[in-house]
Amino acid sequence: MKKTYLIVFGTLAVLTLLTVGVSYLHLNRAGAITVALLVAGIKVSLIAAFFMHLKFEKKVIHGIFYTALFFVLILLFLILPDIGF
Amino acid sequence: MIHQPEAIAETVTGIPNGKLGMWVFLASEVMLFGGFISSYVVLRTGSSFFPIPAKELLGIPLATLNTFVLITSSVTMVLALDAIQKANQKGLIRNLAITILLGFCFLAIKSYEYPHKWHEGITISSNLFGSFYFTLTGLHGLHVIGGIAFNIYILVNAIKGCYTQDHYERVEYAGLYWHFVDLVWIILFPIFYLL
Repeated sequence: MKKTYLIVFGTLAVLTLLTVGVSYLHLNRAGAITVALLVAGIKVSLIAAFFMHLKFEKKVIHGIFYTALFFVLILLFLILPDIGF
Repeated sequence: MIHQPEAIAETVTGIPNGKLGMWVFLASEVMLFGGFISSYVVLRTGSSFFPIPAKELLGIPLATLNTFVLITSSVTMVLALDAIQKANQKGLIRNLAITILLGFCFLAIKSYEYPHKWHEGITISSNLFGSFYFTLTGLHGLHVIGGIAFNIYILVNAIKGCYTQDHYERVEYAGLYWHFVDLVWIILFPIFYLL
């Protein structure tokens, strides 16, 4: 497992440098948001899957976590159409 | 023989009560941060007056350093768990100590950052951005303090020799909480500093 943890750590470090680097490129708004959220999403998934062992957990734990995630996505995306998106 | 505490006895779900409890708690934390973050996103995209400070004022290099500090502390935390799973007591204590130290390092950088922002006129009452910035990073900072306290408790127990190869549940639960704190920062960093 130790090797897996270190690989994940390396990936997280590279992704952090990548997202900071891209932020200095002055991409257009949509491009910048896409890259930043995509990189953050991958980093969060890596931490949850390997450091928090979500990948190896039973379905009950997945159920709890994804339920919370689902409701947060409702908070985020069901309100956005109301403000013109 | 090590006495098996009730908390890790057989359960209906097959998941120890402590772990289930920690995940339910983390789910409620997801909702707490989710509520704040979604209101930030909705107001930022929908408000007609949402001034964003210039990138130079936000101090991206320091925030990037802080991201590295937290990522590193996350990996040392998981290495501490890995050590005790292999019956390596010294590895557990060493990695826990580094994790706690990095936690304090994060707080130190933050406490340098905050007054710096106040001097530049970014305060909790200056505008919508400042308000959200200090509310969310402040709430996250409180979680870091909580995580450090949890980790210190685990470290003290580890030094006393409370954890063994078959009995390391609390190290795992403290780890879950600490990784969650790291995870929140990974979301806050791009939405406040980079976008």
